[in-house]
Amino acid sequence: MRETQRRGARPSSEPSLEVEGLAFAYPDGHQTLFGVDLRIERGERVALLGPNGAGKTTLVLHLNGVHRAGAGTVRVGGLEVARPHLQEIRRRVGVVFQDPDDQLFMPTVGDDVAFGPANFGVVEPDLSLRVKTALDAVGMGEHADRSPMHLSGGQRRRVALATVLACDPEILVLDEPSSNLDPVARRELAEVLLGLDRTMLMVTHDLPYALQLCPRAVVIDDGVVVADAPTRELLADAAFLAGHRLELPFGFRV
Amino acid sequence: MGAGHAHTLHHPGDSVVHRLPAHVKIVVAFVLVVAVVATPREAFWVFGAHLVLLVAIWVAARLPVTAIAARSVIEAPFVVLAVLLPFLAAGPRIEVLGLPLSVDGLLAGWNILVKGTLGVLVSITLGMTTPVRDLLAGLTRLRVPGMVTTIATLMVRYLEVIAAEARRMRLARVARGNDPRFLWQIGPTIRGVGTLFLRSYERGERVHLAMLARGYTGAMPLLGDTTAGRRTWTVALVPAVAAVLCATAGYA
Repeated sequence: MRETQRRGARPSSEPSLEVEGLAFAYPDGHQTLFGVDLRIERGERVALLGPNGAGKTTLVLHLNGVHRAGAGTVRVGGLEVARPHLQEIRRRVGVVFQDPDDQLFMPTVGDDVAFGPANFGVVEPDLSLRVKTALDAVGMGEHADRSPMHLSGGQRRRVALATVLACDPEILVLDEPSSNLDPVARRELAEVLLGLDRTMLMVTHDLPYALQLCPRAVVIDDGVVVADAPTRELLADAAFLAGHRLELPFGFRV
Repeated sequence: MGAGHAHTLHHPGDSVVHRLPAHVKIVVAFVLVVAVVATPREAFWVFGAHLVLLVAIWVAARLPVTAIAARSVIEAPFVVLAVLLPFLAAGPRIEVLGLPLSVDGLLAGWNILVKGTLGVLVSITLGMTTPVRDLLAGLTRLRVPGMVTTIATLMVRYLEVIAAEARRMRLARVARGNDPRFLWQIGPTIRGVGTLFLRSYERGERVHLAMLARGYTGAMPLLGDTTAGRRTWTVALVPAVAAVLCATAGYA
């Protein structure tokens, strides 16, 4: 199964993601990023932490070319994010959005998973195989013909993940993957993510989840990277966390 | 705004009719409806012939009559109009059971009733034998503009999401003491529609972002599509041709 999924990955030593001096201001002049540097090697799982309004979402939208860099560069698997190969960039960067209802827009689960690869030129019979492989990888193989409306929150989140896996991305970008999930669904999602063996960038406020899934954490505040360290080390520094509006849940100790 | 309207119309099965490619069924259904509408209203027997054709299709599709009847309730408002017409229309009158009814009104009411009913039945037959996604793929294959089918696809999915949002907003109003009786609720409901529109608009932007992120370039990929050979067309068009012939005979 993993063989087919990783087929598109190149055996080069290029990092999965390389962000250099990235700055960005919205058209109204409001600047959100002031020179972000970030390098993620292939196979790494990195948590992206930071308070609301720190620029996390803006950074994510740069990775797949929705926003264009004001200054600096973003490279995915060695390929620079720029208009001529935007489509290839979007295949390489798999963004799982926060609300699965935004991500699942087709009438059935199977159609939704097929949407990405079909756009990237995959045709039958490969397309059906991709859909099946991706749904099996998240434990939703039985539900291909159902409407997303009739799934539980946890199931929807996993299908949203499958829609991206089917595109065989170089790097998975997860926006608040644990939000609105009950504890069991949260654990099940963690198990699926840990079993994927893919490069991952996880944007989250859920610090214990970051600790569970990502050995490395990057903190962004006021549009710059203020820390890049092993997650456990970072979460143990109470003074640092407090300085950036981050806080472990009550009763939680690292 | 019941849950799953889009899905309850479909009646899953594995009959000849179910297996026909969607675009073929759409064409046949369209021809049937046109034939029904074109039939002159005084040619009473022709409408009987149309009904016989439909029943034959139901038998082939193995559709239970009760399920068809349940789905035809949607026509009820038009029936009311058709029943009122003989009383309201002007012109020469005729005594029926002691009531003076307008001849023109009777014919007009009959016209609406019979054509409406047959049209609804044809559409229901199409909807019961074809899943929504196949219908959309069929429309795409029939060269309906991509933007139209894309909007229809998204509507199928988001009608329920928006309905659920509206229910939550109503609940939030009621929970804060807004009188749930109809007339009292109109003000807040109208304001709620505005909010709902804004929320849906914002969701639309987020959905568009999610589509772009997975390589959307303005055209939906054609999924669940099937082609039809000459044989399939020939067999499927038999009822359509029959209906057209009947309608033509009505003018003789």
